[in-house]
Amino acid sequence: MATSSDRNPPPFPATDVSKPGLSDLLDGDSDEGDDIFVSNRTSPLFVSRGVSQPERVREEPADLFSQEEAGTDTARSNGVNSDDDNDLFAEAQSDLDTNTSSSAVQPHISSSSGPRPASSFQQNPAAMQHTSLEQLEEEEAKDSFDVDVAVTNPEKVGDGMNAYVAYKVFTRSSLPLFKSKAFSVRRRFSDFLGLYEKLSAKQTLHGCIIPPPPEKSVVGMTKVKVGMDDPSSVEFVERRRAALERYLQRVVSHPSLVQDPDVREFLEKDDLPRAVNTQTLSGAGFLKMINRASDAVNKMTIKMNESDTWFEDKLQEVEAEEQQLRKLHSVVDSLVNHRKELCGNTAIFAKSMAMLGNSEDNTALSRALSQLAEVEDKMEQLHQEQAASDFFILAELLADYIRLLGAVRGCLDQRMRAWQRWQEAQSTLQKKRETEAKLLWANKPDKLQQAKDEITEWETKVTQYERDFDRIGMTVRKEFLRFEKDKAKDFKSQIIKYLEAMMKSQQRFIKFWEAFLPEAKAIA
Amino acid sequence: DIPDALCERDKVKFTVHTKTTLSSFQKPDFSVPRQHEDFIWLHDTLVETEDYAGLIIPPAPPKPDFESPREKMHKLGEGEATMTKEEYTKMKQELEAEYLAVFKKTVQVHEVFLQRLSSHPVLSKDRNFQIFLEYDQDLSVRRKNAKEMFGGFFKNMVKSADEVLIAGVKEVDDFFEQEKTFLLDYFSKIKEATAKAEKMTRSHKNIADDYIRLSATLNSLSAEESTNYYFIKFCLKLFQNFLCVCLKKVEGRVASDEELKLTELLRYYMRDIQAAKDLLYRRARALADYENSNKALDKARLKGKDVSQAEEHQKRCLQKFDTLSESGKKELTNFKARRVVAFRKNLVEMAELEVKHAKNNMTLLQGCIELLSGN
Repeated sequence: MATSSDRNPPPFPATDVSKPGLSDLLDGDSDEGDDIFVSNRTSPLFVSRGVSQPERVREEPADLFSQEEAGTDTARSNGVNSDDDNDLFAEAQSDLDTNTSSSAVQPHISSSSGPRPASSFQQNPAAMQHTSLEQLEEEEAKDSFDVDVAVTNPEKVGDGMNAYVAYKVFTRSSLPLFKSKAFSVRRRFSDFLGLYEKLSAKQTLHGCIIPPPPEKSVVGMTKVKVGMDDPSSVEFVERRRAALERYLQRVVSHPSLVQDPDVREFLEKDDLPRAVNTQTLSGAGFLKMINRASDAVNKMTIKMNESDTWFEDKLQEVEAEEQQLRKLHSVVDSLVNHRKELCGNTAIFAKSMAMLGNSEDNTALSRALSQLAEVEDKMEQLHQEQAASDFFILAELLADYIRLLGAVRGCLDQRMRAWQRWQEAQSTLQKKRETEAKLLWANKPDKLQQAKDEITEWETKVTQYERDFDRIGMTVRKEFLRFEKDKAKDFKSQIIKYLEAMMKSQQRFIKFWEAFLPEAKAIA
Repeated sequence: DIPDALCERDKVKFTVHTKTTLSSFQKPDFSVPRQHEDFIWLHDTLVETEDYAGLIIPPAPPKPDFESPREKMHKLGEGEATMTKEEYTKMKQELEAEYLAVFKKTVQVHEVFLQRLSSHPVLSKDRNFQIFLEYDQDLSVRRKNAKEMFGGFFKNMVKSADEVLIAGVKEVDDFFEQEKTFLLDYFSKIKEATAKAEKMTRSHKNIADDYIRLSATLNSLSAEESTNYYFIKFCLKLFQNFLCVCLKKVEGRVASDEELKLTELLRYYMRDIQAAKDLLYRRARALADYENSNKALDKARLKGKDVSQAEEHQKRCLQKFDTLSESGKKELTNFKARRVVAFRKNLVEMAELEVKHAKNNMTLLQGCIELLSGN
């Protein structure tokens, strides 16, 4: 998800300086429905670039978004801009200046159609050989910060119960972090899970909202392993593939995560060591379960002395939101089911209509009836597509966000644990001081020295934990803001996509029925 | 026609209003209250009249069925505690609309029945029919008590057994032969088609219901997000308002229109064909009688007694059979024409409605998309 701001409401800083050049591009791009992706540029550096763009804006609307990355850096006033960001900025700028046609920077925000990533990819000459159109057309390359990730080509490897599905992870980027511009590796599901485990365990990333991967599904995987080739297992693989792609895209669009060496390794290294501790029935799996249980108990017993009401409010909000999303998700689920039912019924109806038409002796009526049967058949197809779009767009979006909200809560939990540590350290320090006082009173010089050492040690610990706690607090705040922005963008784009799909199907609807009308009228 | 109908608890009271220029009626313009059972009575008497054996009696209107919306209302009342107030009111509105639709359908069906009777050259002169239209007070039709019901049931059984027997009787007239095969075949197909159409419309209704719930949930979601980014709230509200409220309405209307036109059409003609089949049956029965009487005559001639009686009988049977055949032929051709016309009308209307709804949908969606992306 892009970290940039689009259409920021006034409170958000750095939006007041809007670049006229880009607003033109805005309009030019409106037919692509990309308005929401245009961000207000704050840096005047890109005016020239913007102006030079218009002629190409038709074919490469993606260029617009290249600006975004720069805007991001300056727009983020919260201080997330680390040095790395500035470097990216510089690099991108130099790239832009040198080679206008190959904008290596192609951050897309959640786009809609396949052709767009294709156009952006063309920008990068080095990447051109690597891109294959069918790959790109399959995915919606959502990238920001200059990294494009796509998950494709699920292939079954092996046989029997040891089989697994390997996905091709294709990355395209111009960040100096990566060794080459574009590359791909093969990964399996447990690798993705392993990445998540590693990231969540890192201290430095505490407080960040780490996107959760899709869930394990024993039933689905067993079906695939056994080799059943029915539509449900195909759908399962497709679902998983899309979910994994969204997962990776979220990971790489997170400014701190994308620089993490583990992530890089995941994307680059040809052969990852098998992440065995993600298996459910392994020793590590059990350990995780135990940890989780103890965490839950901890949470219940410790009451954090919240000095900052902001966090409390946020927690409540998050919980309420999760409830709502769950409800919404169940409703969308039932919608999908009913639509599938409608499909089936329409198909059966079409058949019976056809039979009726056959037995009808009046020729015109008979023809009309068989036409009706055909129309209903086409309806069925439409309904099926609509159901698929319902599912893949809406339901998955909601499910993703429900999981993300869980991750958000995890962040808050981490903060609380940091606080706990701090408090514990403080109490230990207190105890040591008491021991020191006692020793002083009892006048034992040798033990005294030891006590003094311990005190200094604990004092540093206390300050360190306090700093940690504050840092995490800050990170959490930043993360929240970013998360909400991204959420708004995500929802909006997905909803628009859904509406557009619906509109297209309605158009075809009209076409079919209008074609039927003359037939019906012709019944003598 | 039936301009007015009241619903009183379990029974539906219709007000039958007649305007006529026929001299056989006392007044040119009058109305009487009637109940569903009265219609059934009228139908049954017509069926039982021997003279009308050669005619297709329009099928009786089905009993007004408020079961399904009533059940839903009940469930709604039970689930009231779990739903938000908005959701509840919306569902209630939907239910009321459904109730109304069923009501309208019932009225229409009864009306059609009467109209067909009155437009039929022979049946409209029927004394019972006139009584039905005119009699001021309550007809106090004696409902079929249990014995009669059972008797009727038994009669049906006998009839179906008979039908099977008669199926073996050779048909003299080609026309009727054709008609018979056609009708039998058509009947089975149309029955199937009706069942499937019903399932389809039910699915549509389910989807419309889902849209309601979706909009209600989105509503509460956007209410919650008040402290969050205003943007997402706006976005959701838009989605919910425009799309779901209207889409659900449109979707619901599509479902009910579809049902009205297509399913009802099929259902009605299913019953009509049943009536036509009955006509054929009666005719076949008459033929069988005729043949039997022939055989009896031959036997009598052989035995040499009761010849004249048998002759009389035979003549009567022949006569009956002939009249039946004649009127039957007329009726069946009329029926065919009528059926084609009705199908045409309904199919055209349905197609037009579908197009209209889809266009509405499209404009809605377009407006929605513009609003969303323009923000």
